[in-house]
Amino acid sequence: MLIVAGFFLASCAATKTEQGGDSDATSASASSSSGGEIKAGTQEDLIVNVGDRVFFEFDSSELTVDAQATLDAQAAWLMQYPDTNITVEGHADERGTREYNLALGDKRAFSVYSYLAQAGIDTNRMEYVSWGKERPEVIGSDETAYSQNRRGVTLVSN
Amino acid sequence: MIKKILIILFFSLNANAALEVTIAQGKVEPTPIAITQIFGADSDTARYGNTLRQIISNNLKNSGLFYTVNEDLYIQSENLVEKVPRFEDWKLIKAQFLLSADVSKIDKGIRLRMRLYDVFNTKEIEKLQLTIPDENLIRRVGHTVSDIVYERITGETGYFDTRIVYVSEIGPLDQRVKRLAIMDQDGHLDSHQFLTDGKNLVLTPRFAPNKQLITYMEYKNNLPRVYIYNLKTGEREIVGDFPGMTFAPRFSPDSQSVIMSFSDPNNAANSEIYLMDLNTRSRSRLTNDSGIDTSPSFSPDGEKIVFNSDRGGSPQLFIMDKSGNNIKRISKGRGVYGNPVWSPRGDLIAFTKLTQGNFHIGVMDVNGNNERVIVRDFALESPAWSPNGRYLIFHRQKRSNLDGTGGEVTIHFIDITGYNERVIPTPRDGSDPAWSPLL
Repeated sequence: MLIVAGFFLASCAATKTEQGGDSDATSASASSSSGGEIKAGTQEDLIVNVGDRVFFEFDSSELTVDAQATLDAQAAWLMQYPDTNITVEGHADERGTREYNLALGDKRAFSVYSYLAQAGIDTNRMEYVSWGKERPEVIGSDETAYSQNRRGVTLVSN
Repeated sequence: MIKKILIILFFSLNANAALEVTIAQGKVEPTPIAITQIFGADSDTARYGNTLRQIISNNLKNSGLFYTVNEDLYIQSENLVEKVPRFEDWKLIKAQFLLSADVSKIDKGIRLRMRLYDVFNTKEIEKLQLTIPDENLIRRVGHTVSDIVYERITGETGYFDTRIVYVSEIGPLDQRVKRLAIMDQDGHLDSHQFLTDGKNLVLTPRFAPNKQLITYMEYKNNLPRVYIYNLKTGEREIVGDFPGMTFAPRFSPDSQSVIMSFSDPNNAANSEIYLMDLNTRSRSRLTNDSGIDTSPSFSPDGEKIVFNSDRGGSPQLFIMDKSGNNIKRISKGRGVYGNPVWSPRGDLIAFTKLTQGNFHIGVMDVNGNNERVIVRDFALESPAWSPNGRYLIFHRQKRSNLDGTGGEVTIHFIDITGYNERVIPTPRDGSDPAWSPLL
């Protein structure tokens, strides 16, 4: 399979760009979507109507029952929009070393990726990447933050 | 990109080793040394002298093995490069050693002359002269003289003429901008340089033991891969260009290979340890297990590799032959281990351990015996050895809060006895420090 660099549009405040930014600009290029209708087949549609992410237990890359249900819905959604490509991001909480968490994030991303592949999504439509503990969703040094940060996020990349 | 090579016209009269201070485990009583004014005949050379004196004095003090005798107590105030000191004057103020030096302009640049005296034994123990082409190398002269003093008095190899590469951090914790940066081991701002522009996330830089190269990980086009940064040319080159994530790189002791982790998509993206020969670009797989294998670090003789693996359940430390055979677990305590780094002396392995809600940085024998904790806090990571194996640098991060505050991360220095911890200053936050070999 091929893993290609993917640009994606962050179309909702809940989703952040993971492009790193330049040295001064640290603001995400998320465009606001307040009001108006949700366009079908977009990241916003995925977030609102399907769920863009799954969560993992501490130091685990196994998909929970809840996670599998979310991914079944994602697979159905991806079937419905066959022109949609995605990047799956794997993330870890901060309570591990940088390197171990990169490995863990990759296993998490791959768990999501391969579940979707087994559900019938063409792997040519999918990429995956680990961000280890580098891009927390929630800032904070407590379990509330950690449980939100141990995640696999599906991002529409076109 | 980097400073010119220090040109040294070097002569030393004393070839015999003067081991005056015995360094043992445990807290060491710092040795008192007096450093005279470093004399210069004009305003330029006087300025160089002040800078040099400050560098040398800071270095020796920061080692924890010396303290400088208060200048106000000095009885003799002359230049003692050509003149024999009145040793009784220095004994009186309890200076055990005495350093004097002067700087002058010569045809081809700048010359420093220095003398080191053993006050108690009333003799000269070092005499040397250094010449540099221009003032850009003044800081390196200061570090070189510091190394010579340290070596003459302690009998150990110095570590002052070295640099630290690290990751400079700025911005919100969920959108951190990270850049490779390099500085002298003392963190002096004049020596500080950024190597990357922050456009791409960069992590875990490490020096080659005997080349001007750094291996690190970079997210170029959002593809996390292992790269090499050439300090001479500023060029970056991908070396882990595999169809999956490569990370956790370190050089082999001969700088001819890089050992790293590779998460192969054809192996369920499970991280295994690979060795990449930099000349042939051939790679060989060293581990094969369903658990995560990462953070490899060579023994200084290149025969063994210590690494981090969760093959037994929780992450622990293991040792294997360089071929990947004879894998043995060495971590024996409870807790989650990581970041193993083999000491350049070969005798110890530094590591991190998470237990009871705190990270610990410790050292253990290479067979896992005699584990001892050096420092403990909420978040500690990335231990790296000084080239003489006596000190560690690492980073320490504060707790962060839901409102985005906190999370400050700083680079620290500590003696492996657990004494003499201090912050190495950086212009922004700093993480993932690594130490160069002696330049």
